[in-house]
Amino acid sequence: MALFEKIFTAIRGGAREMGEAIVDKNGVRIFEQEIKDAETALDKAKQDLTEVMAKEMQASRKIENLNADIKKHEEYVASALAKNNEELAMEVAQKIADFQSELDIQKKAQESFSAHVVRLKGLIKQTNKALADMQRQLVMVKATQNVQKATTAITQNYASGTSKLLTAKESLDRIKHKQQDLEDRLKAGEALQGEFEGKDLEEKLKKAGIVKTDDKAQEILAAIKAKNKSKKNG
Amino acid sequence: MIDIKKLAIDLALRGKSAENSFAFDVTPIPGEIEVLRISVEDREELPIFVSVSGEQILCIAYLFKEKEIETGKLDELNNTMLKINITMPLSSFAKIDEQYVIYGALSSSSTLFDVIHELEVLSSNAVESLEAMENYLK
Repeated sequence: MALFEKIFTAIRGGAREMGEAIVDKNGVRIFEQEIKDAETALDKAKQDLTEVMAKEMQASRKIENLNADIKKHEEYVASALAKNNEELAMEVAQKIADFQSELDIQKKAQESFSAHVVRLKGLIKQTNKALADMQRQLVMVKATQNVQKATTAITQNYASGTSKLLTAKESLDRIKHKQQDLEDRLKAGEALQGEFEGKDLEEKLKKAGIVKTDDKAQEILAAIKAKNKSKKNG
Repeated sequence: MIDIKKLAIDLALRGKSAENSFAFDVTPIPGEIEVLRISVEDREELPIFVSVSGEQILCIAYLFKEKEIETGKLDELNNTMLKINITMPLSSFAKIDEQYVIYGALSSSSTLFDVIHELEVLSSNAVESLEAMENYLK
């Protein structure tokens, strides 16, 4: 049964010791060993594949050469017959027969290597898939173990802290209070800041129309114009 | 691959830095595997626990226990949590024995920035989801 399914079933059955029951230390070690074995088998299969592919290529080359030889010798026979040299023709024909039987052997060999290659490729593909799956399961197993250990440490720490005494609602209330406090403090801070810089007062004066708003430039210009006028007249 | 001791130091330094809005303290909790307790400023009631395994960095915040749920509302709450899970950025709801939690899992080759970002989002999600589920709690 796939590991995930196992864990799922266990949880449904109410198993709290999910961490220990399914994922014990030995279980992990055995699993890791299985993965190592699969990796070794995969490496060996890949090596075998390379060797067999090389042999297949060799056989193909031999077949090619033999075919070429046979063709050549068939021409020799034709030539010999044309010269009425029966004896020579016979000798060459014998050679051709030898080539033929060698060819048969090589063809059978090539077929067998070819089939072997197909088999090996299939095996490698399968093993790759299985390996990837096992590695994924191992990650899951380790993560489960990890969470188990982490939560044990957390629960112990939690139990010794004040947070344990508060319910979620109480915690939330406290946090909201702090947030509100912070906002209030910020607002108060802004108000204080305003007063300190005289901004507060300035705003009030402006509103009351006692201090002209931003007519400074106009005032200065007017004053200069007036000065110039008096100068001209004077 | 992140080393939890280095992570602890790096986090602690960043957490204390006043320039960011997300300030926090880091306390290592000893145990068979080391866990870091992150205490977020103004949210000390919702600490986040960080642990590192070979493949992932796990960040967990405890929400509430099953017994804190209003009688008769358990199914509805479970259903609702599952449904809103996907809308929560980065974090997800989970249950560890009787404890409901919210957690985030990062690759152990994540950067420090990634971890801090995850913690920040997790912290906000924790507060917001508690607010949203207030009515389901006793």
